[in-house]
Amino acid sequence: MRKLGWLIPALYILFLLLPIYWLVSMSFKTTNEILGAFTLWPKKFTLENYQKIFTDPTWYNGYLNSLIYVLINTAISVVVALPAAYAFSRYRFLGDKHLFFWLLTNRMAPAAVFALPFFQLYSAIGLFDTHIAVALAHCLFNIPLAVWILEGFMSSVPKQLDETAYLDGYGFCRFFLKIFLPTIAAGIGVAAFFCFMFSWVELLLAKTLTSVAAKPIAATMTRTASSSGYELGLLAAAGTLTIIPGAFVIYFVRNYIAKGFALGRV
Amino acid sequence: MDGKTQNQMAWLFVLPVVVLVAFNAIIPLMAVVNYSVQETFGNNMFFFEGVKWFEQVLNSDRFHASLGRQLVFSGTILAIEVPLGVAIALAMPRRGAWVSVCLVLMALPLLIPWNVVGAMWNIFALPDIGMLGRLLNDLGFNYNYTQQPLSAWATLIAMDVWHWTSLVVLLAYAGLSAIPDAYYQAAKIDGASSWAVFRYIQLPKMKRVLTIAVLLRLMDSFNIHTEPFVLTGGGPGNATTLLSIDLVKIALGQFDLGPAAAMSIIYFLIILLLSWIFYAVMTRDEEA
Amino acid sequence: MAKISLASVKHSYVPKPLGPQDWALKQLDLEWSNGGAYALLGPSGCGKTTLLNIISGLVRPSQGKVLFDDVDLTQRPTEERQIAQVFQFPVVYDTMTVWENLAFPLRNRGLRAAEIEQKVKAIAHMLELDAMLPKRAAGLTADGKQKISLGRGLVRSDVNVIMFDEPLTVIDPHLKWQLRSKLKELHQRTRRTMIYVTHDQTEALTFAEKVVVMHEGSVVQIGSPVELFERPRHTFVGHFIGSPGMNILPCEVENGVVLFAGQRVQVENPPTGSLAGRRTEIGVRPEFVSLGQGIPVSIVKVSDAGRYRVVEARHADYRIKLLVEEGVAVPASNASVRFDPGHTRLYADGRLLE
Repeated sequence: MRKLGWLIPALYILFLLLPIYWLVSMSFKTTNEILGAFTLWPKKFTLENYQKIFTDPTWYNGYLNSLIYVLINTAISVVVALPAAYAFSRYRFLGDKHLFFWLLTNRMAPAAVFALPFFQLYSAIGLFDTHIAVALAHCLFNIPLAVWILEGFMSSVPKQLDETAYLDGYGFCRFFLKIFLPTIAAGIGVAAFFCFMFSWVELLLAKTLTSVAAKPIAATMTRTASSSGYELGLLAAAGTLTIIPGAFVIYFVRNYIAKGFALGRV
Repeated sequence: MDGKTQNQMAWLFVLPVVVLVAFNAIIPLMAVVNYSVQETFGNNMFFFEGVKWFEQVLNSDRFHASLGRQLVFSGTILAIEVPLGVAIALAMPRRGAWVSVCLVLMALPLLIPWNVVGAMWNIFALPDIGMLGRLLNDLGFNYNYTQQPLSAWATLIAMDVWHWTSLVVLLAYAGLSAIPDAYYQAAKIDGASSWAVFRYIQLPKMKRVLTIAVLLRLMDSFNIHTEPFVLTGGGPGNATTLLSIDLVKIALGQFDLGPAAAMSIIYFLIILLLSWIFYAVMTRDEEA
Repeated sequence: MAKISLASVKHSYVPKPLGPQDWALKQLDLEWSNGGAYALLGPSGCGKTTLLNIISGLVRPSQGKVLFDDVDLTQRPTEERQIAQVFQFPVVYDTMTVWENLAFPLRNRGLRAAEIEQKVKAIAHMLELDAMLPKRAAGLTADGKQKISLGRGLVRSDVNVIMFDEPLTVIDPHLKWQLRSKLKELHQRTRRTMIYVTHDQTEALTFAEKVVVMHEGSVVQIGSPVELFERPRHTFVGHFIGSPGMNILPCEVENGVVLFAGQRVQVENPPTGSLAGRRTEIGVRPEFVSLGQGIPVSIVKVSDAGRYRVVEARHADYRIKLLVEEGVAVPASNASVRFDPGHTRLYADGRLLE
């Protein structure tokens, strides 16, 4: 009975891969084949969908736009979260517990509540349809997340490290950059990973705040579904391409996944 | 006590964070509060209306229906994802080369943009040309998620389980990995059955991790928008119109500022309550 | 209860061991007799935990056999060996009460309620846990939890051996002594075979009737605490046991005469044959070195250890430690020391010459 234990994860993974397989196989079919017949794999294998995406700026710009705002957001979130997490980890100050709680509530905020207000706010300051707008908007939940994760990692670094550095004559900046950050490198990696993940996958706000110039791939995909009359093959190819950055990132953090994402709190 | 030193200068450290988050949180919320207590007839004229919108929303059948659907949805996915995630984590080997591979594959759905998740399932479940839809209909089920509410719900739930169970698996696996081998050895020596090992060692030691998983899934499922929107658009009719979808319809679709704002606030208060429970549980455990 | 034998056991954690450094356990032949109190003593990394795990069945040895009462159980899993183990940190079932913890192994083996009650009460009394029985196990202190771990092993009457893997590691220092005495007392009362693994010589020497000293995967000496102290068969044992350890000093042997620092040294075991090409050393405990006519030394340090003082002296490059009683003057210069011939021994290649 023990020997069959592996069956459960195996079946689950199969379940996970099926829709992905369907999407990928559809991306290599012509829309005619998709709509005309039901085939388990492409009878007429074609790369025309991918060709369209790589050659048409409206398409590949979508990916670029998404990537740009995600990277900007990850950078901002992690950079501002670092000193804040340090403060929460090492100091007691007026209102610290309440501040932490307030930050956490933003991570849990329903994006739907902010859709319209954000639209108005970012339009009012003239940032509508820019990458920075989406990057800043995503800070709403990514910064609290980054602070939460980094604080967890920082708290497991003993204070003696700080004290020793000061005794050795390090100024605060030098200590922070040369000693402290390398110690929590794993934590920075985990925080950056989660920021990337949540910004890459979130699309309500990204769509709401953009129209043409900074349009993310998601919006392009939805347009295709409605206007050009359901070009399924193209849609599938576009979707498949969005999975690749994610797979890439997971590959890089695979060792941490194996160790179980010990967020310092888990 | 907790090793921290008193230092009011720490506010300088948190200032950038506060500024950025407050900009995104407080200003829009102020606008929302404003709208929720005012009436406009267009042309930028606003009249104070007090709690009229709140009453309207709280008494509306539409809101009750969305909230009801939301509760059913969140309850169902929790009931499936948590036990399933735990079961899978338990079935996975604690060591070995396959563990990495398994976890990487399982994490994949978590990194797919939410609209693609919706689109993927949209295509996958199409009754005539989608793999799942075609299979179900060939097996004799009368399945069409674009037209039948029950099929739509089943597909919605399947999609969420597909999408998020891995999060529970990863968290549960982390919790399990933290249990020292000595406990399993002692259980063997004591002659404990697998069920006893689960009940007396694994489950108690996973309590914290499972609490995080349950609360995270509860709150994220309450906020869900894009995936069901792309999958069914809230339909057929409004069979799968969950809270977020309804709110966005009213706010961005109908531009009904007053009711939308009031609903937003009520929505937010519900989430706030859940967050508070989350925070209380987490910090209480830390002091323990 | 059983006699446990290890026959030609060797173990390597590497799939293809190349040299001696790849073997965690080098050739071992050991016998643990019924009802004995043993200590497995050695520094970290000497292989004692590996040995413990081979006996308990958590590790299968690369070579050799493990026999319980002459029955080969080498391939049998832990459950079938009827052993009990107390780990380095307390392992208790947090959600159960102390009573339920102690009853657990008996319940799993299907004993009747009346029998379980009687046994649990008896063991709880022996361990002085009677008052704690209805309490949640999670609420006890570390030493209380270790007692529960021990209790789960004692409640079972079919236990062949109880093994302790550095069990006092997490116990507060002032409670260690109490728990140690308790363990010894329990052994006297129950006469179960107990094997106690530790790197702390005090724990080993106070608990055990027989101590197995290990070093780099081999058994260096087996003997009673007194034997190990008085007659170490290996320079490692001499050095490791006793605080401060034995003085090991290189010497020359010419025509049957032992020379150190150019002076003749009388030893308890004079050489009979030729010792050419072998590393020769003399070993003498600080307790048996005294001030007097003999080898000239300079005094480096005098440490006060209560009723005596530890004097560190030097002759050329060699450090010699001796114990001097209260009241005896330690000269600042022109000092010399002599070794008690009855307790000075000759070692060749680290081994006692016999």
